Amino acid sequence: MSTARAAALILAKELRLELRTRELLTATVIFALIVVVLFSFAFDPTVAESRRYGPGLLWIAFLFAGSLMLHPSFAREQSNDTLDALRLAPVSSFAILLGKMLANFVFLFVAEVILVPVFAVLYNVSLSGVVGRLILVFVLGTLGLVVTGTVFSAISAHTRMRELMLPLLLLPILAPLLIAAVEATASLLSPPATLDRTWVSFLAAFDIVFLTASWLLADFLVEE
Amino acid sequence: MKLRIVATFLVVALVCFAGYAALFIAPDERTMHEVQRIFYFHVASWSACFTAFTVAFIGNVGYLATRKINWDWLGVAGAEVGVVACSIGLVTGPLWAKPVWGVWWTWDPRLTTTFILWLLYVSYLLLRGLIEEPGRRATLSAVFGIFAFLDVPLVYMSNRLWRTQHPAPVIFGGEGSGLDPTMGKVLGLCIVSLLCLIVLVLADRYRLESLRHEADELRQEVESRTLGSESLSTKAPS
Repeated sequence: MSTARAAALILAKELRLELRTRELLTATVIFALIVVVLFSFAFDPTVAESRRYGPGLLWIAFLFAGSLMLHPSFAREQSNDTLDALRLAPVSSFAILLGKMLANFVFLFVAEVILVPVFAVLYNVSLSGVVGRLILVFVLGTLGLVVTGTVFSAISAHTRMRELMLPLLLLPILAPLLIAAVEATASLLSPPATLDRTWVSFLAAFDIVFLTASWLLADFLVEE
Repeated sequence: MKLRIVATFLVVALVCFAGYAALFIAPDERTMHEVQRIFYFHVASWSACFTAFTVAFIGNVGYLATRKINWDWLGVAGAEVGVVACSIGLVTGPLWAKPVWGVWWTWDPRLTTTFILWLLYVSYLLLRGLIEEPGRRATLSAVFGIFAFLDVPLVYMSNRLWRTQHPAPVIFGGEGSGLDPTMGKVLGLCIVSLLCLIVLVLADRYRLESLRHEADELRQEVESRTLGSESLSTKAPS
């Protein structure tokens, strides 16, 4: 079976699982919303301040939500003993990893699509005219997050205290992604809306580096 | 064993001499005076830190390529020694920065990168502590180690771009374009002495890990033997 087809099957399986329970998406959206609301209590920002801190807040919320949401990706397989079944399937390890990355990407991206308009209302930010470019930034940023996050979810599934371990491994690695995504989002949301090419290409480079690394190292992650 | 003792004495003497040179031989700096002398060991600790992390990376890649547990020992030795050297750098830096820049810390690319580097390798060591089974620990921590190492240039680049788009902090005036020749020699001596020191410590840490591995194997063997004899003795009466 080709890698693409196998990955598509894994993606379909993950989506079916999520459609039946809907627990992951709901929890992610609510968690990110809580971060956004608590920020407002902690800093009581004025309109100008919320515009200045908004992009950073938004990405911090997604990073935290993502680092919690990605945990079940492999831990669930582990506790249901279904990882062995996946391993037995005659597909490459990267296909399994890729299918999970795509599924996680869909979950997180849907959560972002729900949250960004809510954020725009709460923090009084106008999205008109920048939606297309904003989607580009969010796609690239989310991709980098789920690529590293899915790999680390496979690692942390084998550790003790695994719920705590995933954010601990993931968040420092994501520091450059956070800077790039926040800067790119900020340049779109502040009045002369421009797409910062430097940061967009940086995000793309981040995605490519870690996607290549996970392709090369996939066998070690999924093996027994 | 003799070689190790001799090497230890030589390295200790070299580090002591380098310390003496940094404190008394190097000329006084015009504006910073005595405070500047921390620079010799500060810079040397960075070169030690990056060497050790490179060793850890080589160990990680080597383990995944060959599946020989020896490479894993190299990985853990490099990461641990690197974290120690990195901590020395992170402590001596602010000690110097407070009197000279007026602040303990600034979010400059180099500072930020090393701080993230420190966090990444501390997580690496933490991760190792939380995986029980040795083979799995070696594999998974090697994968994480490679990801962490790949991240370092990205962290540096992102901080460079970030800071050049913003005005540079006023306190960060370009430091010493050109070093006094004696200062240069003392710095070279300090770097070499610390590099020798970490090679020594790395070798020791590597040996410790191999002994630990051996002890684990022996313990397992003893356990399996006692279990075997217990099952025999329970069988005997019946």
